[in-house]
Amino acid sequence: MDRVPVLKLGDILIVSIQIDLQDQSVLALQEDLADKVVQTGARGVIIDITAVEIIDSFIGRMLSTIASITRLLDAETVVVGMRPAVAITLVELGLSLGGVRTALNLEKGVALLNHLDGARLAVAPR
Amino acid sequence: MTSSGELPINGNGDVVLVRQEVRAAALEAGLSLVDQTKIVTAASELARNALVYAGGGRVRIEIVRNGVRAGLRLTFSDDGPGIPDIEQALVDGWTTGNGLGLGLSGSRRLVDEFDLRSAPGEGTLITVTKWAR
Ligand SMILES: Nc1ncnc2c1ncn2[C@@H]1O[C@H](COP(=O)(O)OP(=O)(O)OP(=O)(O)O)[C@@H](O)[C@H]1O
Ligand SMILES: [Mg+2]
Repeated sequence: MDRVPVLKLGDILIVSIQIDLQDQSVLALQEDLADKVVQTGARGVIIDITAVEIIDSFIGRMLSTIASITRLLDAETVVVGMRPAVAITLVELGLSLGGVRTALNLEKGVALLNHLDGARLAVAPR
Repeated sequence: MTSSGELPINGNGDVVLVRQEVRAAALEAGLSLVDQTKIVTAASELARNALVYAGGGRVRIEIVRNGVRAGLRLTFSDDGPGIPDIEQALVDGWTTGNGLGLGLSGSRRLVDEFDLRSAPGEGTLITVTKWAR
């Protein structure tokens, strides 16, 4: 089974999916990310799916689950780089990716995380 | 019919292979990028269903013609327990597992033709076709 690498950049974890995801790799990624968020105290996770050609119900559910898990661990997840054909197909499949934040690209994803963090700091300084 | 092949679906790795073969065939059939994406997604759902609910199966991948139009036809078959109530299985959100219950209903929306034959104890046969526009 191929494992998707998780990179750390400042207080953001970055996952760039470059392989055709097999179900086990998806489940492993979920666990790796949860561990890494706690280990590093990351405040955000970016999942870059620029290279992902399809999202089916399994992978879609995984993205929602990862977003929920990291939120419980005090980190926001942003999915970036979704291809237009993937978005069209997801909607027709019936998947809304509830609770998953998206941004068009990595740069906008980082900006979104900074913005969210700024809003959070304004409410509860830490 | 101009070309065809059959692939086994016996493990998670096979689901990935099915997606790749279907993508290549969809390109060959002249489907648009969006239509390729739709039929590959449907194939991923149906292959996983065969694996999860029937313990495995197979898919035949064919490029078909209707007059001047080319299309891609996929025939998934398995010898699993079958589906007792097909209408219910095709309802959005219906699942006997822990999925979202979108595989069958969503796949039906993603293709042009969808045919499901199944009976308890007799396995499941699903044929889907997507035509080039
Ligand atoms: N090949 C099959 N053999 C036997 N039962 C099947 C087969 N395919 C689907 N089913 C039944 O139909 C139900 C609905 O399938 P569907 O793919 O729509 O949803 P799911 O697999 O439960 O969830 P999802 O695909 O959204 O993750 C399944 O829960 C299962 O009971
Ligand atoms: Mg399914």
